[in-house]
Amino acid sequence: MSEQKLAVNEYLKTDSDYLRGSIKEGLDTQVTGSFSDGDQQLIKFHGFYQQDDRDLRNERKEQKLEPLYSFMLRARVPGGICSPEQWLDVDKISSTLTTSNSIRLTTRQTFQYHGIPKRNLKTLIQGLDRAALDSIAACGDVNRNVMCNPNPIESTLHQQAYAVAKELSDHLLPHTRAYAEIWLDEEKLLDTETNEPVYGKTYLPRKFKMAVAVPPDNDVDVYTNDLGFVAIEEAGELVGFNLVAGGGMGSTHGEVETFPRLADDFGFIKTADVIKFAEAVMTVQRDWGNRVNRKRSRLKYTIVDHGVAEFKAEVEKRAGVNFEPKRDAVIGDRGDRYGWVKGVDNKWHLTLFIESGRIKDEQGQTLQTGLREIAKIHKGDFRMTSNQNMIIAGVAEEDKAAIEDLARQHGFFGKLISQTRGHSIACVALPTCPLAMAEAERYFPEFIDHIDALQTKHGISEQAIVVRMTGCPNGCARPFAAEIGLVGKAPGRYNLYLGASFEGTRLNKMYKENIQEAEILAELDNLFGLYVQERDAGETFGNFTVRHGIVKAVNDAAKDFHG
Amino acid sequence: MLLKELSSFASPLSQGQVDKLKQLTSELSATQLAWVSGYLAATSNQGQIASAPETAAAQTVTILFGSQTGNGKAIAKSLAAQATAKGFAVNLASMADYNVRQLKQETILIAVVSTHGEGEAPDDAIELHKFLASKRAPKLDALNFSVLALGDTSYEFFCQTGKDFSERLTALGAKQLLPIVECDVDYEEAAESWQEQVLEAVEPLVQASGASVVSIDTAKATSESEFTKQQPYEAEILLSQKLTGRDSDRDVRHVEIDLGESGISYEVGDALGIWFTNSSGLVNEVIAALSLDANTEVKVGKHTFSLEQALLEKKELTQLYPGLVTAWAELAANDELTAIAADKEQTRQFVLGHQLADLISLYPVTIDAAKLVELLRPLTPRLYSIASSQAEVENEVHLTVALVEDERAGQARFGGASHFLASAEEGQLVKVYVEPNKHFRLPENNDTPVIMVGPGTGVAPFRAFMQQRAVDGVNSDSWLFFGNPHFEQDFLYQVEWQQYLKSGDLSRLDVAFSRDQEHKVYVQHRIAEQGESIWQWLQNGAHFYICGDAERMAKDVHQALINVAVEFGGLDEAGAESYLEDLRSAKRYQKDVY
Repeated sequence: MSEQKLAVNEYLKTDSDYLRGSIKEGLDTQVTGSFSDGDQQLIKFHGFYQQDDRDLRNERKEQKLEPLYSFMLRARVPGGICSPEQWLDVDKISSTLTTSNSIRLTTRQTFQYHGIPKRNLKTLIQGLDRAALDSIAACGDVNRNVMCNPNPIESTLHQQAYAVAKELSDHLLPHTRAYAEIWLDEEKLLDTETNEPVYGKTYLPRKFKMAVAVPPDNDVDVYTNDLGFVAIEEAGELVGFNLVAGGGMGSTHGEVETFPRLADDFGFIKTADVIKFAEAVMTVQRDWGNRVNRKRSRLKYTIVDHGVAEFKAEVEKRAGVNFEPKRDAVIGDRGDRYGWVKGVDNKWHLTLFIESGRIKDEQGQTLQTGLREIAKIHKGDFRMTSNQNMIIAGVAEEDKAAIEDLARQHGFFGKLISQTRGHSIACVALPTCPLAMAEAERYFPEFIDHIDALQTKHGISEQAIVVRMTGCPNGCARPFAAEIGLVGKAPGRYNLYLGASFEGTRLNKMYKENIQEAEILAELDNLFGLYVQERDAGETFGNFTVRHGIVKAVNDAAKDFHG
Repeated sequence: MLLKELSSFASPLSQGQVDKLKQLTSELSATQLAWVSGYLAATSNQGQIASAPETAAAQTVTILFGSQTGNGKAIAKSLAAQATAKGFAVNLASMADYNVRQLKQETILIAVVSTHGEGEAPDDAIELHKFLASKRAPKLDALNFSVLALGDTSYEFFCQTGKDFSERLTALGAKQLLPIVECDVDYEEAAESWQEQVLEAVEPLVQASGASVVSIDTAKATSESEFTKQQPYEAEILLSQKLTGRDSDRDVRHVEIDLGESGISYEVGDALGIWFTNSSGLVNEVIAALSLDANTEVKVGKHTFSLEQALLEKKELTQLYPGLVTAWAELAANDELTAIAADKEQTRQFVLGHQLADLISLYPVTIDAAKLVELLRPLTPRLYSIASSQAEVENEVHLTVALVEDERAGQARFGGASHFLASAEEGQLVKVYVEPNKHFRLPENNDTPVIMVGPGTGVAPFRAFMQQRAVDGVNSDSWLFFGNPHFEQDFLYQVEWQQYLKSGDLSRLDVAFSRDQEHKVYVQHRIAEQGESIWQWLQNGAHFYICGDAERMAKDVHQALINVAVEFGGLDEAGAESYLEDLRSAKRYQKDVY
């Protein structure tokens, strides 16, 4: 086999001295708000991306100013849980050190800041550190934020599942001290060679995502992850997990060797073996993954290229344990339970809808202030959901009224949320995301208004339809697992995907390419009409579009998604 | 050669000098002649007054000017031209170029000097101003002098430097030919009549001595162009591009002007004079507020214009002056304004914070067009430091213009020239002329490092410096200090500096963005931080330039430099001051401040 040239990032990682690069020097340079090209790749491992306001690019060029660079930093918050005290710190940082004056909840149960000037990065990271939070490995070719169903009702089971998610997150953190040295001014330790026992010097070939699901909820969209754990209980106690592997959304327009994929079921493992299996899957990917072509370097391609059987055998070999047969588990609703629910521990939990996860003070909706005020009196915790919502969890009966008053006062209940809106998500996209080809977050609320109107017109407004929109095919809002998926191609233009299952167990397929709002809505108007006339009892929209032959079912993504 | 054959045609002497020499030598014995020839040879060898024998020098009219804006120089030049025309021997020089040791030889000294900020001497005049108050200053019993002081009555220490000159010369025994004349911003008339009086006063002295004329014009303008302040070139504006970001609280423009086929040339460091027209909106507002008719004919000087045209092109509308406040107080018979006019400091503040239009709306009066025009001062051009080098931009000239804007009672008020330039569209005509500034020049030696401190629009000439250096391929080190409120919004020419850094044309760039952190950081703080390196650069012969705000920045930077010299040069405060004074004398410490 001839020597193939590795992807550029591989050399960067190798030469970075365990992710240090020249980030420190870049921070000291006051003449530009950016980092060097190489460091721009390395800073991802520290939790942030360089972005610029794309709306202003041309204008600033004429002003002889460089692009308006800023940074998007994503925190690492396993399972999305933080304390009210932490939230107050998170909130304060957003208003003092970022220009976006907002906090963005993400589809992976964490929060991110937009609009951080380079000069504020260090202060911001130190602020997070004081709040016992960090952004280590929140981005980059490593294990990203570990998701976990935030189910506050089955509190015992959730506690146990959450403990596993936390353990996975801690165990798979990079060991390099680069973060501590650069951002927290910790001393460089002498005589201790940095050692990355799991990752090695070049980390993983690509990002790696994990989630823990607690059936019947599938809010974490477990099959879209590289590695998923579906909790199995016996008599209310966690006994182990069905392990799923090889999911991932990212793809590239027009390149058929890239495709989204859902994870395969590998079988049941005991709770005690979780770390062994996680390490085994990750190290096989580390050693077998494609380091030449970053577009084909996710775990899903490794599994497709080697075959499930070969991959599974290697994992078992490395784990030293074999998979047991998959246990029965119900994979259900991916949405959140809005409003108050009472848990088995008699505590109350309030799920607040936050459109596109954007926590910001606006006319009539002072969400950021509202959460701050709630945090000041709340005695339980805050849970960020994978639908970009917030749960005020663990409220005692006597505190319920006060919390509800605050939520009402700050506009959280201002607008009636349709079933579809409550199940739908969009990524950030323009103007900050460098990858975006079209709008998502800024346009999505208006798009859902149109969908709501169409559903009302056809008398199906009580039917939840999972609608997801992203500005590009990298898939942050998991659009390929949506019943109606819209993926940006160009300003105002989207590919329309149909046919995913409501529960996230089957991918969708492209129905129309590169169309604009009017055509999208005309298509959906027509399809909703058909759906109303010809659906079976209780049939979801996604299933209907497949059964009716509007799109072919995607069962094997490698063959069916483009086929 | 026989003495009787001596004539002005065959010698370096003028006819008058030849006559005097003949007269003197005819009275001398052979021994006396021999002694005189030795004396003259020795005097000549000392090289101090080699250009003229003592007797002639004694009656030379020495005209010295010290001014920042070029107004003083213009007056001095005009006086020199008139004196020369009358046949007087004239020595015209900038105070900066004047050799103080020559002072005791002078018999007639005419000084034109301006005052800046809180009563300070302009850069040109600092050395002479200091010398006259020092112990080294000689007795000047033989000296006759006159001082024309330029100033601005809105400042507390009005014409202070002129007054100092007058007092110090008197204290040294010199006789005042005329009482000091103190001019306000509208100096033209007063300056003209002073010139006439000076010439009258000087004439008997010159004639009594029988001296004849020698014209020694040492002030060589660097680029004499046929286009002047009085006869400007009508150029076309190519571009007026906002340089500050959309969230900036200031509007700074990059203005490009086409000098076309004018043949105008300028050097980096020079300034461009801009004749602007007032905005028609403002003119209409003034006319309407006073219920006047735009078409009423008014006289400005010898010419007749419509009121509208006079206000657009001939009269100053955007800067008040104390005299106008006083006159207005009488017209309005308003107690409040009368109280303001009666107090110098209050008047100064009022003048700084208001325009004619504000005066009209705050204190309504009834006034006719002729009276209004009479009260208003003539429109004067504004000077901007040139932000380009012809080596790079050829027949263009670039400026960096901060729009002066303010809001009063919901009404936007703008600076006259900056508003004119900021709102100019492509193709708009503007009358311009070059105002040379030979005291702000790159080092003659290309190996000399340069340190440039230019916060805000003060960065303009350094853009010109960098263009020139890049085209000339100058390799010496260069270091720029820039500051403004916000990094993202106010980093003037950011991309260009980045390119100069990348190409290596600019060695270092230190920036201070005052409002990007809790405590304010200015260029002087960066200089303090880099004290050791700055001192090293100065030891390596670096030239140090400051451009921008004179009131605060230039003083703070000066103090920062003093501190650097104290901390890293081991000097005491006075030693540091004199070190900088030496740098200034050696043209290594230059300022273009306003």
